[in-house]
Amino acid sequence: MDPLKQIAEHLERGDDERVAALVSEAIAAGLPAADILNRGLLAGMAVVGEQFRVREIFLPDVLLAARAMYAGLNLIRPLLARDGVPTAGKVVIGSVQGDLHDIGKNLVGIMLKGAGFEVIDLGNDVPAARFVDAAAEAGAPVIGMSALLTTTMTVMKEVVDLVKARRLDVRTIVGGAPVSEAFAKEIGADAYGFDAANAVDRIKALVHA
Amino acid sequence: MRDLRDRLAAGEIVVGDGAWGTMLIARGLRPGTAPESWNLERPEVLEEIAARYVEAGADFVTTNTFGGSPVRLRAYGLDGRTEAVNRAAVEAVRHAAGDRALVAGSVGPCGEILKPYGNGDPVEIADGFARQIAALAGAGADLIVVETMTDLTEARLAVEAARRVAPALPVIATMTFDRTRRGFFTVMGVSVAQAVAGLTAAGAHVVGSNCGNGIEAMLEIAREMRAQTDGPLAIQANAGLPESRAGALVYPESPEFMASWVPALVEAGVRIVGGCCGTTPDHVRALRAAVDAARPR
Repeated sequence: MDPLKQIAEHLERGDDERVAALVSEAIAAGLPAADILNRGLLAGMAVVGEQFRVREIFLPDVLLAARAMYAGLNLIRPLLARDGVPTAGKVVIGSVQGDLHDIGKNLVGIMLKGAGFEVIDLGNDVPAARFVDAAAEAGAPVIGMSALLTTTMTVMKEVVDLVKARRLDVRTIVGGAPVSEAFAKEIGADAYGFDAANAVDRIKALVHA
Repeated sequence: MRDLRDRLAAGEIVVGDGAWGTMLIARGLRPGTAPESWNLERPEVLEEIAARYVEAGADFVTTNTFGGSPVRLRAYGLDGRTEAVNRAAVEAVRHAAGDRALVAGSVGPCGEILKPYGNGDPVEIADGFARQIAALAGAGADLIVVETMTDLTEARLAVEAARRVAPALPVIATMTFDRTRRGFFTVMGVSVAQAVAGLTAAGAHVVGSNCGNGIEAMLEIAREMRAQTDGPLAIQANAGLPESRAGALVYPESPEFMASWVPALVEAGVRIVGGCCGTTPDHVRALRAAVDAARPR
């Protein structure tokens, strides 16, 4: 069987040890790191993301798959850097209100990494200025914000306004249980992601816009 | 005041309270602040909210201790004050309610995902729940509400801790489900049937669902639960899912709309009905009126 397909399939099953072993074998066999990443790890995460979107699988399966992805990613990261393989882009993410529902934000982070993005996760309770500072410092073209409660969503508008005031070339995307497309439009955000997989699609579009 | 179990045994339908988080934020709780920190710093706000729910006709009022497990308080540096945080919350509700409503000690998720999927250690998490619940019971809570759970293992740890450290108190245990094309599941993959079986086995007196859904989906969940148990069910729905209206975000389900579903919920075996995110004292008042007009078969 195609070793890259094997990597993808074991990643889908969440078998981190097997993924690490297969990635090591692929490296030893001289396969390009970019292929191991794109046709192995990221191909597997794409399947996992879709299965979670339709709830054929649930959060525990995604977390195990993500662990397997990181196991492989850690092995090829130095090679990707050496080969000058570009990432899909940098994205700053964070929750505007700390809550256990930051599961949603964490999922977006997992899915973004699974799509080849470099993710700067600011965690929970992130004030507006910190989002914008982080994006400016890292040269990240996208800020992703998650909120759980309607009353804390003002921070999202502050970020959008701050990006404009500082004239940064940064796009903003919002998501979370109370957030909607209409809300995103109202506050002037560039996009709305209705779930983790959709957020990744929208971010890809923002980066290439 | 009569015990929750006596009321349920007598065929009463019990009315719970509404949201706390959205009420606190409306009163100035800032992002980055633990809601539970107000138990120590602003107990008068808790009393005011509790009094409004009592006045609206709630039979029990929950304490502001959703994140009161030391595992969760640790993120705010408050774990060392677990006992004080939980005690103050019970005292605030008791002060407002007197003998007009029962005090329900709220226990929410600890905020960590259990091993092997996350880093949460089950022993530490169980000990944390036990410490929180012992404080709630010691301060005089009348019942324990384990709520908004999505992981059945964690929910069971909380229910078992309640039965262990507060064996005299009734326990309501509710989980949060999402609608999928294969039916209702929690984000962790727990089905309605698994929730009923697991929570009951852990020792919960009442099982049910809270948060995540408006009242219509909750009726479907209640019916699924009914197929698994003859025991009393608890439903605490959100006031729908938030919508954007003229620049403001609102929870769309009115008190009247929510209350109009009470007869169907009772028919499905629901014996405890209350509100979750976005619900207000007005919702509780409408639920109270509908419950008083309805009678179980």
